[in-house]
Amino acid sequence: MTTSTVVKAESEQAPPRPARRRARDRLGPPWFFVVPALLVYAAIVLYPSVSGIVYAFTDWSGLGDWSFVGLKNFDTLFHDEQALGALKNTLLLTVAIVVVQNAIGLALALGVHTRIKSRILLRAVFFAPVVVSPVMVAFLWKYVYNPAPDAGLNGLLGAIGLDSLRQDWLGNPSLALWSVAFMVIWQHAGYSMVIFLAGLEGVPADLHEAATIDGAGRFSRFRYITWPLLAPATTINLMLSTIGGLKLFDQIFAATNGGPGYATETLSTVLYKQAFVFGRFGYSTAVALVLALFVAAVSLVQIRYLRAREDQT
Amino acid sequence: MNRYRPRTFALELLMVAVGVAFLFPVYALITLSLKNADQIASSPLGLPRPPTLHNYSEAWSAASLGGALLSSTLVTVLSLVLLIAIGSCAAYFLARTRSRLGYGMYVLFLLGIVLPFQLGMIPLYNLFSRLDLIGSYQSIIVFYSGIQLPFTIFLYTGFIRALPSEYASAALVDGASHWQAYTRIVFPLLRPITGTVLILNAVFIWNDFFTPLLYLAGSDHETVPVRIFAFVGQYVSDYGLVFAGLVLGAIPILVVFLVLQRYVIKGFASGLKG
Repeated sequence: MTTSTVVKAESEQAPPRPARRRARDRLGPPWFFVVPALLVYAAIVLYPSVSGIVYAFTDWSGLGDWSFVGLKNFDTLFHDEQALGALKNTLLLTVAIVVVQNAIGLALALGVHTRIKSRILLRAVFFAPVVVSPVMVAFLWKYVYNPAPDAGLNGLLGAIGLDSLRQDWLGNPSLALWSVAFMVIWQHAGYSMVIFLAGLEGVPADLHEAATIDGAGRFSRFRYITWPLLAPATTINLMLSTIGGLKLFDQIFAATNGGPGYATETLSTVLYKQAFVFGRFGYSTAVALVLALFVAAVSLVQIRYLRAREDQT
Repeated sequence: MNRYRPRTFALELLMVAVGVAFLFPVYALITLSLKNADQIASSPLGLPRPPTLHNYSEAWSAASLGGALLSSTLVTVLSLVLLIAIGSCAAYFLARTRSRLGYGMYVLFLLGIVLPFQLGMIPLYNLFSRLDLIGSYQSIIVFYSGIQLPFTIFLYTGFIRALPSEYASAALVDGASHWQAYTRIVFPLLRPITGTVLILNAVFIWNDFFTPLLYLAGSDHETVPVRIFAFVGQYVSDYGLVFAGLVLGAIPILVVFLVLQRYVIKGFASGLKG
């Protein structure tokens, strides 16, 4: 905000520059402060990303010559059953993660943000998986999802008398995607929880007391006081989980590698395989570009809508 | 609301039950890592009787975790130093400049937050391989410093904008150079946000898997997740051994988390306010 007004003021005033402003400019840091960061950023992010965008329109195979092929890669992508399936899986996985992870995160936050004695311990327990490497979590869950009837989750279900619910969690093509989603949710629900907790700590206690005196029930206190005040936390959580869901790679790579068949293939795993297994680098960067556009579009839409919602409340 | 009532007790029981159910995978992880193959086959979910540490000693040497821990530590620490040095300086300039060009640069840096790294993944790999840096620490350290810059600059710039500029101005008027004013006055004032930047980036870099797999797999510099990935691939059906490896690989960061719990949770909860 401040920046845009400053920019406007500058264009109105210049030229000639008032002496006072020049004196203040000298007190601002010189440009060489930004140069090292700019160089590293250009080498690691800007140059490779721009090349990536260019390669998306070529038939580059990683070696030797390449030529521009126009929109052919995108045409292939949108007519390729496998790529379209991966696109669908990416969206389904993202929706499942966003909805369930945030619902669980909110429920945990509400449960922990009370007088219960175990709240500090439980907060640490629910958050701990967040700091562990996703690859390791995926290997752990690969065992939990073991198809053997007496091991892992199946063993647990058997032990509590729910034998009929035993499944081949990662081997059943119609179930595997949801099993992957659940594993991701298990790891990151604590992340949503701490962001909601930070939001809950900002809800003034006297508002609740006043509403209680006025006869508001538990539910209406949540609906009309807590929930609107959680808007900023909800914004952050929805954005983080959406972007995380769209980009998800490590967990799938380690747990199913896209299988069984193509049941858990997503844009990330397809672009990886096209590049490093099939050597179709041009096509792979085209898939990456589609993923990038999704992430960018979702971020922009969410920033707009959720900002508007925050302003209303 | 403020007293411990029967209702609170009921909630306590419910939440503890949820916590116990939540920990089921961890229970499986730890008990399996303490069993030998016979015990795993006969009673996969029972308690280890008697528990054995054999898997741990074998996993430690079979996965060469000592070297991997050293690599991970080196990569994480050096990346953080470089990232914080260049990121905070750049943010200081971007937060204080009033030029259009400076604002344009800031927007350019923020663009990096939405760009998935996969877009530039292959061209960047080629760049490092032309420079003959694949398999070196330099490649991955420069990679992290660049890829985490947008987020780091975003956090620092927001913080610096809310910081009064008079401290640095006073030092400049007293004859300090810009560099002195920055290192002696401004940077120490950034401590709270530096803590957040440090925690979020440290967890990301320590756990990151795919880029170190591309750059470092097969070299002597493999980080913990890459090493564990190779190790699990090799001993896939030996659950006791694999799980001992997973426990050993996860312990360092879990210990750091438990010791610095308050700061880590605060960092994660506060660092992302847009």
